[in-house]
Amino acid sequence: MAAPLTPSMGNPLSNPPSNPLGERFKESPSQTAGPYVHIGCTPNFLGIEGVYPEDLGTRMITGNPDGERITIKGRVIDGAGNALKDALIEVWQADAAGKFAGRGGAEGFAGWGRSPGDMTTGEFTFETVKPGRVPAPDGRPQAPHVTFWIVARGINLGLHTRMYFADEEAANAEDPILTRIEHQSRVPTLLAKKEGGAYRFDIHLQGENETIFFDI
Amino acid sequence: MTNGFTARDRAWHPPALTPLYKTSVARSPRFAPIGAATSLSEETGPVFGHDMLGAKDNDLITNFAAPGEMAIGPRILVQGRVRDEFGRPVPHCLLEVWQANAGGRYRHKKEGYLAPLDPNFGGCGRCITDENGFYEFRTVKPGPYPWPNGPDDWRPAHIHVSVFGHGFAQRLITQMYFEGDPMIWQCPIVGTIPTREAIETLVARLDRAGSIPMDALCYRFDITLRGRRQTMFENRMEGM
Ligand SMILES: [Fe+3]
Repeated sequence: MAAPLTPSMGNPLSNPPSNPLGERFKESPSQTAGPYVHIGCTPNFLGIEGVYPEDLGTRMITGNPDGERITIKGRVIDGAGNALKDALIEVWQADAAGKFAGRGGAEGFAGWGRSPGDMTTGEFTFETVKPGRVPAPDGRPQAPHVTFWIVARGINLGLHTRMYFADEEAANAEDPILTRIEHQSRVPTLLAKKEGGAYRFDIHLQGENETIFFDI
Repeated sequence: MTNGFTARDRAWHPPALTPLYKTSVARSPRFAPIGAATSLSEETGPVFGHDMLGAKDNDLITNFAAPGEMAIGPRILVQGRVRDEFGRPVPHCLLEVWQANAGGRYRHKKEGYLAPLDPNFGGCGRCITDENGFYEFRTVKPGPYPWPNGPDDWRPAHIHVSVFGHGFAQRLITQMYFEGDPMIWQCPIVGTIPTREAIETLVARLDRAGSIPMDALCYRFDITLRGRRQTMFENRMEGM
C-alpha cells in the first residue's frame, strides 16, 4: 500500500486517491439558477437583510495587494440584444504576480468576485487588480486573464469564459488557449478594451458577436 | 504541473437550448463551447472557512424570523454528502440554498404569484461541508408554484443549491426535488435534463432514520462534483 500522496503545492484541499479503482458517480446534473438566484447568493442586494452581514464576493480587494488597480465593467446580452438583469456573474483570477488566493497569492486579495449586475441596467462592475501570467498545464505562460462564470434564468448550465486584455498583444499572441481557437475571427469576443478608465467586457450569449465559451 | 478535472459529461447535463423551457431560446449560445484543458485558473477556486458562518446561517426557519418567531410550514432537515465522481468526500465546500416559502412564494420584487409572503421567512441559507463532506440545514418544505412559461406550468417543490468545490471548474448550481412529487415529471425545467436516470439523482429521499421526532422530517440529498484526476504518475510530475 503506497503512502498517501502529498497534496500538491500545499493545497490543503486536495484529497488522496483513496480508492482510484472504486465506484464512479455521475456529476449532479445542472439546473438553471432561475430568476431568484440573488435571494440565495446576494440577498442583501435584494433587501433581504439581517441574514448575512454582507453579500459574498462584494469586495475582491480587502487589503493592499501589489498590482495595477483596474475596473471591469460589462453586461450579459441575450439573442434579442437585451441586457440580462437577473444574471449572476462570478470571476476568479490570479493576483498581479500570477498567484491564486490560497496558493501563495497576495495578502488582501480574494481573487474572487460576484456581481448581481445593476438593478436597472444589468451592468456588472468588478474592482480588482490586473492579473499576472499563470502557467498552462505544460508550463508555458498564459496571457493575463480573468475567468468568468455566468448563470441566469434560461441558462441551463453555467457558462465558463475568460476575459483577456486587448492591450496585452504580445502575451495574447502566444497564449496557448487563444492561439488554438479554430475560428480566430471570434477571438476578439474575449478581449476587454479600456474605455473611460474601465475594461469593458460585454458577454453576448448569441448573435454576430457571440462570446466564446469554454468546455473546461 | 497540476492534475486536471475530469471532463464534464455534457450529454448528462441539460443542453443549452431547450425550447420547452422558453427562456433558454434567447439565452443559449449557438456555438459549441470550445474544449480546453483545465489550468490553475480552473483548478483553484475561492476557499470559504467555517468562521465566516453565522450561527443561524443553516437554519432557514429562524435566520430571518423576528425574535421568538419561526417560519410557517412543514419543518424539514436536509442532510447529505458532497462527494466527487470518484466517491471522495469534498470537505470545506460552501453550499448556498434558496427557496420559496411553504406557500410557494419567493421574497422577490419580481415574484408574481399571489400566495402570501411569510414575514418570518427570508428564503436563503448556507453551510460548509465538514471533513467528511457532510452538510445539513433546516428549513420548511417549499410549496410548488406556477410560473410564466406555458399557459399552466408549475414548478415542483424544490430548493435551489449553489455549490463551490475546490476548483472553479467544479462550480455548479442545481435544484433539489422531493421524493414522491408527481409534479417533477411535468416540469419543463426538470425536463431539460435528458435522462430519467440523471433526474433521479436530484430527487432527495425521505430519510426516516434522520428525522427528529415531533419536530422535523429528514430528506437526504447527496451532491456529486467533478472529480480531480489523480494518479501516482501525475503526482510525480508535480516535483515530488
Ligand atoms: Fe425556484
